[in-house]
This record gives sequence, structure tokens and C-alpha cells, in this order.
Amino acid sequence: MTGAATITETAVTITVDGQPVEVAEGSTIHAACVQAGIDTPTLCWAENLTPVNVCRVCVVELEGSRALVPSCSRPAEEGMVVQTDTPRVRHSRRMVLEFLGSGVDLSQAEDLHHWMDVYGADPDRYSDEDHPVERVDEPVKVQDELYIRDYSKCVLCYKCVEACGDDAQHTFAIAVAGRGFDARISTEFDVTLPDSACVYCGNCVGVCPTGALQFKTEYDLREVGEWRPEDQTVTRTVCSYCGVGCNLDLHVQDERIVKVTSPSDHSVTSGHLCIKGRFGWQYVHGE
Amino acid sequence: MTDIYLGADRATDAEAAAVDEALRDRGVDAVVQSETERLYISGRARRLQRRHFLLPALHALQNAVGWISPGGINYVADVLGVPPAEAFGVATFYDLFRTEPPDHEGDTFHVCVDAACQIAGYDDLAASVRASGGHVHLGPCLGQCERAPALFVQGSGGRPDHVPADAEPFALPQAGDPSLRLLRRIGVADPESLESYRAHGGYEALQRAGEMGADAVLEAVAASGLSGRGGAAFPTGVKWRAVAAESGRPKHVVANCDESEPGTFKDRIVMEHDPFAVIESMTIAGLATGAQNGWIYIRGEYPLATARLQGAIDAARAAGLLGPDAAGTGHDFDIAIWRGAGAYICGEETALFNSLEGFRGEPRNKPPFPTTHGLFGEPTAINNPETLLNVLDIILDGPDDYRTRGTERSPGTKLLCLSGKVGRPGLYEVPFGTTLGVLLELAGGVAGTGELQAVLMGGAAGSFVGPDSLDLPLTLEDTRAAGTTLGSGVVMAFDSSVDMTDVVVRIAEFFRDESCGQCVPCRVGAVRQHETLVQMQKRGSLSPSRRALIDEMAEVMVDASICGLGHTAASAVRSALSLGLIASAPS
Repeated sequence: MTGAATITETAVTITVDGQPVEVAEGSTIHAACVQAGIDTPTLCWAENLTPVNVCRVCVVELEGSRALVPSCSRPAEEGMVVQTDTPRVRHSRRMVLEFLGSGVDLSQAEDLHHWMDVYGADPDRYSDEDHPVERVDEPVKVQDELYIRDYSKCVLCYKCVEACGDDAQHTFAIAVAGRGFDARISTEFDVTLPDSACVYCGNCVGVCPTGALQFKTEYDLREVGEWRPEDQTVTRTVCSYCGVGCNLDLHVQDERIVKVTSPSDHSVTSGHLCIKGRFGWQYVHGE
Repeated sequence: MTDIYLGADRATDAEAAAVDEALRDRGVDAVVQSETERLYISGRARRLQRRHFLLPALHALQNAVGWISPGGINYVADVLGVPPAEAFGVATFYDLFRTEPPDHEGDTFHVCVDAACQIAGYDDLAASVRASGGHVHLGPCLGQCERAPALFVQGSGGRPDHVPADAEPFALPQAGDPSLRLLRRIGVADPESLESYRAHGGYEALQRAGEMGADAVLEAVAASGLSGRGGAAFPTGVKWRAVAAESGRPKHVVANCDESEPGTFKDRIVMEHDPFAVIESMTIAGLATGAQNGWIYIRGEYPLATARLQGAIDAARAAGLLGPDAAGTGHDFDIAIWRGAGAYICGEETALFNSLEGFRGEPRNKPPFPTTHGLFGEPTAINNPETLLNVLDIILDGPDDYRTRGTERSPGTKLLCLSGKVGRPGLYEVPFGTTLGVLLELAGGVAGTGELQAVLMGGAAGSFVGPDSLDLPLTLEDTRAAGTTLGSGVVMAFDSSVDMTDVVVRIAEFFRDESCGQCVPCRVGAVRQHETLVQMQKRGSLSPSRRALIDEMAEVMVDASICGLGHTAASAVRSALSLGLIASAPS
């Protein structure tokens, strides 16, 4: 699941931006970049999910390959020569970020803001007054008290589908529906989450990179302008419900829990939780 | 707690019966397992076992009641062990499936709006269908460009799909020409008769291949220099050898009959009029590669070709030419047909695998390649009918004879789909190296005004060339050197009367509609490209910054898209701009 291979018997050496990097066979180019200290933007990649290589923001130039290759999924092979900062790479990364920003609301995709600055992405240049461009513009789905879905912020990174499916929960409540620009993450026939297979583990929310999926507590605070990450403390503890031993990170603002996550590198959870650990904390406040 | 959660909606008797029948036809017992059985057997094993029947089951629902209802999805989900959200995701991927109740009674009349039908006046056809009370759906190329404007009737209430033009008599423009190779049986042998096929040399190649053995067949195909005829021109011998070298897992031969490139209809005509040749050449591919499973994935808009291929499979099986020890070769091989449901992208080989397996038709990242990780993740040789047909002559006459036609680097003959403003549109076969001008003359020259404005080579994914390209030899190497492509064999002519802006804007819209949506460069790039061209059309000009933007968008689509659709989505547009066929600078 992660970019780093678990079997380290064989090592391969590739060249990244002129420097040799030795990684375990089966590692990805992205893992080699990380090892070499080369910062690489990612969006659909996460260490606790199988790479789907759909966003294409991590592309690199590979000698001998006509097109750029996604570093997040391409295994490193002995002798590969990779460039991560050529004009072609910078152009593609910039355009991918621009395309995303031109179609959806990235205001809460904080990780991307840095990269948009790095590559000079200007998502507004596609439209002008008499030439509005098509955007994803849908009302926020607020269907329960646990989490909301705002698809006007969705970049279709597939992370939530993977977390709901084979990579974590095996619930398969959501999938990609439709095609092309009209593709959306959806339950069958867009039924509400309570009517779907959803078990409210919240693992989809845990992996969403753009705020399209958001805990209701966070959403409500944002709506009134009271979401203040800078004022929050994070306390690590162990879930008290069963004996599995999931680590919980309690995000606390103004002495109230506002969100619960789990570290993605935790050996028990890989960042994933169940409904109790994720949402069952009201008793802490005597509710 | 069940492994698959189903909502409250239940299928009607008609829906359940339609799905049961479709599955029974494929040897699947449509029994719904009890909760206990499911927990015991586990949902995952069942999913892997039955998932690929999803597409046939959805076809059955659509055909029976005119849409795929929540109850219908739940029934299919229950029988096949597919989560309903995923089944819905698959159903909404295809143009031929509806997931809302139909707003009309009866059949749906699909009218093509792509280039050949655009200049042939599809709007008149649509108007006449509407006037007679038919429900019209305007959509992409139907693969009937030689008889544009094209119509395909999607049946409802259990009525079969059909193409009205199939009822008309058929003749090749080159009928009787003794130089025909791939097309020599078309219009001569009865496509519905195995005896007739045999009387015209059918199944001699398979018999010879059986005598030669797999290694000698691989050697002959490699020596012939045959390359794929779908556009990528990958050497067939290399592909087959790679599959033959794999062992220990089931292997597959897939005929890619999802011909959907606008302007392409060659495989349709081959399948409709020489179906046994497709079956025989697939069987040879199975023998050569050691694959026992043959699959035909054919686009849903080809009902006659589907029926003829099924008839050919049934007849061949009855005669012992398919099945255990096929044709006495000692090799077991059989073929099943899967129908697509309206998605251009499913002609991309890895998208085709996903579609056939019951997933959304989204291309996979390559590597790994199909020769090691193809259908069901197993070694697969995938070829289109035209490529396969070449193998028959290579086996019968040998690679040296095969190489007497065409050029050193493009041996053999090529099927070319002539459409648009030519005197006699239709399917032509010429040796590689024939010039574009000679080909156009063969097809009766430029029609309409008689003055050639441009030729679209290779389809929507190809590029335009101007009248100064008439001396261009039609080979892989010469077209590549000239910056264009033979692609899937499209040669679509436009006379001086055609408004090329309309044509190019529609090509851009085609890619916008057909992008699967998986990767960002294509999903958004195809939309922004189309919007930019629509803006150009409204203003009558393209500002320098917008012109530059088109190139910038093209660059990321070429460099960073997952598959060939994104790689080629800007190709025709850019060639039209550089040839000055559409507005290039503000006046």
C-alpha cells in the first residue's frame, strides 16, 4: 500500500535530478524522490492507500519515455534516469493545478496552495467576463450530524472511494458515477448516506484532501467563521471502546473536541477508524 | 449483517426475468444466495467470479424496461455480488444506459452528429425521425460514415436493436477487383454460411497453422512485419510472442471490436460480411499464444455484426472448429461475445478490459502491459479484426508473399474508410504506399464543389492535411514523417464548401463528451479546449493568448494524460489551426 517496499533484499539505483538514489526493489519513483529529499506534489496519493495515479500532479520526466510518468505509482527500475524539475514537468504540474482550480473550489485544499505558488498556477485565466467556464457547482449535502459532502470542492482523487472500498472499509457505499467532467462521487442513484451502505466510519473524510468531505463539527464552525486550526491542540490517546488499540488524535478547540483523526502511519489503524472512535466522543463532554 | 447492503427497492418480475435470461444464456445460474451462504462463501470470491456478467445484465435491464431502475440495480447487485453503488457507477458510464425513467415511449433513435454526418446533414435526418414520432438522441459516431447521416435504433420493451440501413443491399466499391486480399470474400461468400466460407478458402489457414505448430505461426507473423491496425501500429508478432512466453496462468485472446473512432467503419464491414474470418483468425491467435479463452468485445451500436459473429461462433462450435481440440489442432479454444454500451474510451485496450470485467471503462496505467496483465490481470493478446484478418494470408501464403505488397516498413495492404465529400464513400483496400491522391481518385474524387479543402486522417484522434498532401504515400513511416497518422484508417474529405470551424468545434466537443474523467489533464483539458473554440467561433477570431493557451493545454494533455484519448484530444484541433482551416488571428 505504501510507496516503500516491505521486502528489502534487492535494491535498485536510479538517478533523480542527477543524484543516484538507492531504494528497495518495488519502491516507486516517488519514494525515491522522498528519500533524495526532493519535495514532490501529490494529491491522489496517500501512504495508506493504493496509488491510483489519476491526478497527474506528481508526474516526472523519465528518460526513454515519450510521455511523463506518474511518480506515485511507477516502480523504480535499475538505471532509470528521472528529472523532476524540467520545463515539461513544471508545465504539466502547473496546468494540472490550474485545471483543478478552474473547475472546483480549492479554498480549503491548503496543501495545494503552496504548489500553486511554486508553479505559478493561475486558474482564473481560463474565464473572462463574456466567457465563463464550466465549474462544478452543487449545493452542499448535509444529510446527518456526522459529516457533509460538498462536491463543488471535489477533485475526483478517488481517495474516498478507495477508503470506503478495498483499501480500508470494504463497505463500497460510494463509487465514481457519470463520465468526464460530469463524473461525481455518488451512492447508487445518489441516495442519501443514511439510505446507503455507509457505516459512518468517516474514513472517507479522513483521506479527503480538499474539504469536500468534512466533519459536521468542522463544517458548522467554518460556517460561522469559528474554525481556528491555529488555536487547536491535538492530543493523542487510545480509543476506549474495544481492545483493538486504535490511536486517536483528538483535535480540541475552546476545550471541545472538534474532530478525531488517527495517524496514517499507526500500525493498527493506518489512519482508519470506525464510527465509535471517529464520532463517539460526545460523552467526554457529558452529552 | 450482509456483505452487500441493498436499499428497499426491488426489481419487477420483468426486470428479474430479463436479467435471469441474459445470465442463463451465458451459463450462469441467476440464483440469489441467502445471507448465510453469502457470509460463508464471502462476497469477495463471488464478486471475482461473477462481476464480468454485469454489462450483459445491465443490457438486459435497459432493453427490457427502457432504463436501469434502483430495483433493477439491486437485483443485479444481489445476483452478481456487486455493490449497488459500483453497479450504478458502471451504468452511468455508458451512453446506451439510462438511469432515469424514460421520458418517451418506445425505441430510441440515435442520430450521429460527428463530422461525416455533420456535413451530410444529420439535422434533416433527426427532423424526419421526430416528425414520424420517434424519440431522437443525438450522439457520437455510429460507425456508418460511408452512408451518412447515420441512424441506430435502440430497442425497448424487449425489441432488439437495429440499424435501418442494414436492410439495404451491400456492395463494396471495389467489388470484383482481383487485387483484394482482406476483402476478397466480402460480397462473395455468404456471411451466414460456414459451407460458403469454406468453399472460399475458409479454415484452410487454421488447418495449416495446426500443422505448423505455435512456434512456426509466431515466426511467420513476426517475419511478415504485421503491425496493429488500430492506430498504435504495434508489431503483432512481438505482442503474440510475449503472450506465448507467459505460462502458469489462464491466457486470453481479445478481439477489440469496439471500433468507435469517428470516421471508422472498417471492422464493422469485415465483421458483418466476413465473420468467420474473424473467428478463424482468433482461433489461430489462440493456438499461437497458447490462450484458450477468446473474447469479442464489440460496440453496442453494431447489432448486425454481433448477430453474424454469434452465428459464426455457433456454427464453428457445432462443426468442432471451436471448443475442445478446436479443428483437430489439439488446442482448446472458444469465444464469447461481450457488447459495449456506448463509450469511445472502451476501444482503448485497458479500458476495454475493465469494461468487460464489469468495472467502469477507465484505462489503466501502463506498464504493466496487456501481454502480462491484461483481461482479469492475465496475459492477453488483443487485436482488432483488421489486424487479425491479415494473419490468414500470412499463414496461407507465407510472410515473403505477404511482404510483396506494401513497403519495407509497412508491409501488406491497408483498409481505408473513405467518407465525407468523395464520389464513392466506402471501405477500400490498397497496398501501403498508395498515395492519398490516388486513393481519393479511386473513391471517385472530391465531391461537392470538387475542390478539396482538407482531409481528416485517422479520425478525431488524427489530424487534418491540406490539398498539398495528395502525393503523400499512405504508409506508417511517411504519414508519421509528415506529422499526421493513418490511425484507424480514416480518410474523410472536406470540399471547399464545408465550414471547418463547425467540424473542429464538434471534434473538440466529442473529446469533451468521451473523456472518461479519470485523469485531470483530459477531464478538464478537453472541456477547456472546447470552451476556447466555442468562444473563438462566437467571436470569429482567436486572440494570440487564446491561441497560445490551446498549445499549453495540448502539451499537458499529451504529456500527462493516462491514455491515448488525452494524448490525441488536441491533435486535430491544432492541425486545423496550423493549416489555417479555422480562424487563427483577430481581424
